[in-house]
Amino acid sequence: MQIETMAMAGTLESSDVQVTVEPGTAGIELRLESSVMNQYGRAIQKTVLDTLKRLGVSSARVQVVDQGALDCTIRARVECAVFRSAGISDKNIPWGGVVQ
Amino acid sequence: MKNAVGREIPDKLLTGGKEVYQGKFHMDGKAYHKAGPVVRRAEKPQESKVLGSIREACEKCGAHDGMTVSFHHAFRNGDYVTSMVMKVLVEEMGLKDLTVATTSLGSAQDLLADYIEEGKIIGVQSSGVRGRIGEVISAGKLKTPAIIRSHGGRPRAIETGELSIDITFIAASSADDYGNASGTGGKNNCGTLGYAVADSRYANHVVVVTDTLVPFPNMPAAISSIDVDCVVVVDAIGDPKKIGTKEARVTEDPRNLMMAENCARIMAATPYFKDGFSFQTGVGGPSLAVNRYLEDYMRERGIVMGFALGGMGGNICDLMDKGLVRKLLDTQDFDTKAIEHLAAHPDKHLEISTSEYANPANKGAYVNKLDFVVLAALEIDTDFNVNVLTGSDGVLRGAPGGHPDTAAGSKCCIIVTPLVRGRMATVCKKVVTVTTPGDCVDVLVTDYGIAVNPARGDLIECLDAAGIVHTTIEALQEKAYSLVGEPDELEWEDSVIAILEARDGTILDVVRKIKPVEL
Repeated sequence: MQIETMAMAGTLESSDVQVTVEPGTAGIELRLESSVMNQYGRAIQKTVLDTLKRLGVSSARVQVVDQGALDCTIRARVECAVFRSAGISDKNIPWGGVVQ
Repeated sequence: MKNAVGREIPDKLLTGGKEVYQGKFHMDGKAYHKAGPVVRRAEKPQESKVLGSIREACEKCGAHDGMTVSFHHAFRNGDYVTSMVMKVLVEEMGLKDLTVATTSLGSAQDLLADYIEEGKIIGVQSSGVRGRIGEVISAGKLKTPAIIRSHGGRPRAIETGELSIDITFIAASSADDYGNASGTGGKNNCGTLGYAVADSRYANHVVVVTDTLVPFPNMPAAISSIDVDCVVVVDAIGDPKKIGTKEARVTEDPRNLMMAENCARIMAATPYFKDGFSFQTGVGGPSLAVNRYLEDYMRERGIVMGFALGGMGGNICDLMDKGLVRKLLDTQDFDTKAIEHLAAHPDKHLEISTSEYANPANKGAYVNKLDFVVLAALEIDTDFNVNVLTGSDGVLRGAPGGHPDTAAGSKCCIIVTPLVRGRMATVCKKVVTVTTPGDCVDVLVTDYGIAVNPARGDLIECLDAAGIVHTTIEALQEKAYSLVGEPDELEWEDSVIAILEARDGTILDVVRKIKPVEL
């Protein structure tokens, strides 16, 4: 999936995560902030990268500001940001495809 | 050396007879000499001890570089006096290398963080370390490791001479010109002054700071004028409205109420729940809420609580007013209702010192007479060790308070906490810092189930007989990790930023400087 425009999903509320994606040039450039960095920073990074890979995103600038979101929330916010960027968040969401 | 809760204590801290924690009651029966203050006689009659300013009082008491000063925190987030006095010592008098030994620290004392960063304050001894002070200490900016003690451990350290105080500054809601001082009878009342009693008797110099000067004799008074060097009158000593904020809050959250109800059910299922039983709650939401459910069980059984101990809120005062509690033994008032109640009922709502409350080195603190205590936790691990001091990021942001004292003294210690908070697993494999050792903790109540310490087979039988479903703490920990994922272990640098003393004075744990995560 291609990151076409800057798009955002999620909020800065407690237990949520705000994900911003922008077109990039050299692979995935991830910037991560988290209120639970010490214990879950690596896990969050892995979830974000795995989700992008599953969606076929190979090039993007991604900013993640996490407030202690669970994995399912992180996946959903990343998916939503990517779909918004690719212009498919209103229709043609690949339910049953890359979105399980 | 590794201690009884499996924590590695650096050998360099084990000097001067300092030992590692070796299990509860290890120091029982040990004899010691009580320390005594250096007292300057006031034999020649003086009409009044009132001085014109804090600075004058500091000068009269010989304030100097390198000294230790102390304060109480009965005003909690509404305290003005600690910052007011430290500002005089540091900014007006230019003193340095100071140690601040308070009963607790919070956001009201944020100014002290600046003095720590400037190197003016080089030592902190406290129960609580929160707010900016917690952050700067955690960042390694305090010259010596902070010493964290429980409310019972502090008077123990004072009375054994481990903590020697040069000058104590006691914020008092009312005082006479000779220094008889009270937490009531003034324009800004905090209620009991139980935190300050040991300081008043053992500090070399005692300064009473009040905003309400009353005619002599101001009695009854927690602080006796025979211990007081001088009195200073200021505009305001604190804001009582800010006592009840943040830490001490009453919950309406149905999840908290459900847990509170389970705590009351468990209490009612034990043999200790009989006429004259005794009880304490912590100040966390669910633990405070237990009070409201106790009433039903007491009425049903036709029994009355003998005494409630420790910090008092309006809800326990209500229970007393309904005739369900005989005595309140009060070390701290958490709201205006409790403050007013203390003043209105001197026959049964009684002010006690923290030494009477919880000092393990006297001849029997009141916590030893406690049947039940219900306490909160930031974390509890599968060995039932509790952390109420450090956040999951390794930063100091809490306080042991009376937690370790009441847990050790009581017959049934119940920890109540949600299984997870956001992404933090409250029930975990290993707590960041051990503040209350697991051998003192009996039951864990969470929103996902109840676990009993296997060491308490008697309580397991009680719960089974009452049909209260329970599981293992390991099962609760696994449930927590299944929801939030298994956390990485925190990574630390070598330097110790805080020493956590067990209530008996041994070293229970240390807090090291946290290493930032590199992804």
